[in-house]
Amino acid sequence: MPAVQETVEQVRRIDVDQYKYGFVTDIESEKAPIGLSEDTVRYISAKKNEPEWMLAWRLEAFRRWLTMREPTWARVDYPKIDYQNAYYFSAPKKNALASLDEVDPEILRTYEKLGIPLREQEILAGVVRPEGERRVAVDAVFDSVSVATTFKAELKKAGVIFMPISEALREHPELVKKYLGSVVPITDNFFATLNSAVFSDGSFVYVPAGVRCPMELSTYFRINEKNTGQFERTLIIADKGAYVSYLEGCTAPMRDENQLHAAVVELVAHDDAEIKYSTVQNWYPGDADGKGGIFNFVTKRGDCRGARSKISWTQVETGSAITWKYPSCILRGDNSRGEFYSIAISNGRQQVDSGTKMIHLGKNTTSRIISKGISAGKSNNTYRGLVTAHRKATNARNFTNCDSLLIGNQCGAHTVPYIEAKNSSAVFEHEASTSKISEDMLFYCQQRGMSAEEATALVVNGFVKDVLQQLPMEFAVEAQKLISISLEGSVG
Amino acid sequence: MPLLEIKNLHVEVEGKKILNGLTLTIKKGQVAAIMGPNGSGKSTLAYVLAGKANYHVTEGDVLLDGASILEMKPDERAAKGVFLAFQYPVEVPGVATMTFLRTALNAQRKTRGEGELSTPEFMKLVRDTSAHLGVNQEMLRRPVNVGFSGGEKKRNEILQMAILRPRLAVLDETDSGLDIDALQIVAEGVNRLRSPERSMIVITHYQRLLNFIVPDVVHVLAKGRVVKTGGKELALELEAKGYAQYVDEAA
Repeated sequence: MPAVQETVEQVRRIDVDQYKYGFVTDIESEKAPIGLSEDTVRYISAKKNEPEWMLAWRLEAFRRWLTMREPTWARVDYPKIDYQNAYYFSAPKKNALASLDEVDPEILRTYEKLGIPLREQEILAGVVRPEGERRVAVDAVFDSVSVATTFKAELKKAGVIFMPISEALREHPELVKKYLGSVVPITDNFFATLNSAVFSDGSFVYVPAGVRCPMELSTYFRINEKNTGQFERTLIIADKGAYVSYLEGCTAPMRDENQLHAAVVELVAHDDAEIKYSTVQNWYPGDADGKGGIFNFVTKRGDCRGARSKISWTQVETGSAITWKYPSCILRGDNSRGEFYSIAISNGRQQVDSGTKMIHLGKNTTSRIISKGISAGKSNNTYRGLVTAHRKATNARNFTNCDSLLIGNQCGAHTVPYIEAKNSSAVFEHEASTSKISEDMLFYCQQRGMSAEEATALVVNGFVKDVLQQLPMEFAVEAQKLISISLEGSVG
Repeated sequence: MPLLEIKNLHVEVEGKKILNGLTLTIKKGQVAAIMGPNGSGKSTLAYVLAGKANYHVTEGDVLLDGASILEMKPDERAAKGVFLAFQYPVEVPGVATMTFLRTALNAQRKTRGEGELSTPEFMKLVRDTSAHLGVNQEMLRRPVNVGFSGGEKKRNEILQMAILRPRLAVLDETDSGLDIDALQIVAEGVNRLRSPERSMIVITHYQRLLNFIVPDVVHVLAKGRVVKTGGKELALELEAKGYAQYVDEAA
């Protein structure tokens, strides 16, 4: 068979066979009545035993949301979402667990299948690994609730708070009240406002002044239930001089219906603090014809509130039918720094519109953007970025490098950079390139003895290595594997 | 047994017939020049031997060591020792030349059931080989062929050939785009690789290259088949008289 035709056929077969995480866990769950109304919001708030101010906050967001319109400016095309035909809360029955032993074994098995070790002893067993001493504390969110958080005691000793946000609302209401919505206000945008009204769980992290968090923190999100949206809310605060590295991973079963995921992540870094936030996003992307898959509309923003603070976003995006996501940094503190490292891969019929915003407000603020987009199959991949320096942002510096790699003849790569400098001392650099893994390139590599897969892997690895280096070591290997799986079958 | 036998080969590209019953035998250790006018099918022959897609063999066969290679993928043929020095070497952005060489060599060794070369072994091999070809460390760190000059690209092709040590090397117009100094370096690199264990097919328009790489035999290609075979003096004759008489004969 000629390679071109073979390519076309292989691309047709992808995704369905290759999404390894597409199984469903059979478990009884408790759901809010279908649809969205003030009653839904009250139901969620009551389920969580929330304080009165929290319910008021949610209701304000909900009323605001009713007046808002879904944004249409992104380069994505999807059927109209019926917000009344979804469940906004789903929890595995019998929660309120005292220890891991009480977690439903089905759920534990699910996470085991996904390769997420929840049992602390298993993680501790991992310490024996020759490379090192690093351990990872995990918070696992199953549909709408957090089912298990590991290493709580040890983190507590260091003064680090790492718990489900619903628990933080009860145990540390003053901290949550102070910071929630302070980076992404409830009025921010359609999806963030929706999240503010109905968010059910997510992680809360507070690292006190001067503390370097002793281990990587990680949250693992899993959508299981049918027709259920997941609206998690993550809030991370690094107080003066603190440091924390946090990673989130996501998967979902294969279903023919689209499912909505609208998360909000807020990061706050005070003076001299540093937050490193890494994402490996592998929601179900839909089948080869574009049926099913997660609609991923996410608002992520970090506030470099203090002087010399630093926030770094690293993302490896391989899943979701639609991705709408712009992890951003507000560089408010003088001499603060923002970074965005991204690998976004689209295959099949996936549509990605992702990028970042670097908003320079303080003096001598610097930012760096490295974006690598890989498009294969019939997918479309857009980088959309804003770099802006306000009037008082003297000596703002940005460097942007934005590269696209095309595999095959039926995909698209688009770059939409916005650059605004209102201060004449700002220096912004923008570099961009587009390259293609062509039949000729593959033939050249094959002629030298490599298989088409080896050749593609070689080129892709060369393309993404700058970003992979930014991931915590134990996830970089995982991410590299994920990249090759997502691109399997994209070449003939 | 000859290394390569091409028997009555008919090839179509995009519905157009390019090779018309080409028959050719290459002995072990032989250096055969293939000359011919534009459009005679020289590059098509090179691509068909290497297994490029969309070159459809409609009739005939190609035997390497007596076994047909037509059903093999390009990488399988490469592991069997078929090497093509491209007329237009392809850029591979983001991949350092050194990494590329190593991946290619290890892929071939793996297919042949041999172990991978250790890093010191590989480094020594590259160091020894590249010095002769005027390829420096800086060039090996650059992405494959990206921003290379014409001469650098051709030297890189010969370097790959020297590292991969093929049994059949097909050089497709390796002289094109080279000035006389670069041509000499490339030709010396090729001559160093001549061996009783290695056959070469040197495809060229011009006799000039054959002053440096002296062939054992010269075949003239016209309209997709071999129309004349002779010794190295045939190349000089062609240089003097042109291809016209053969083109007419073939028609």
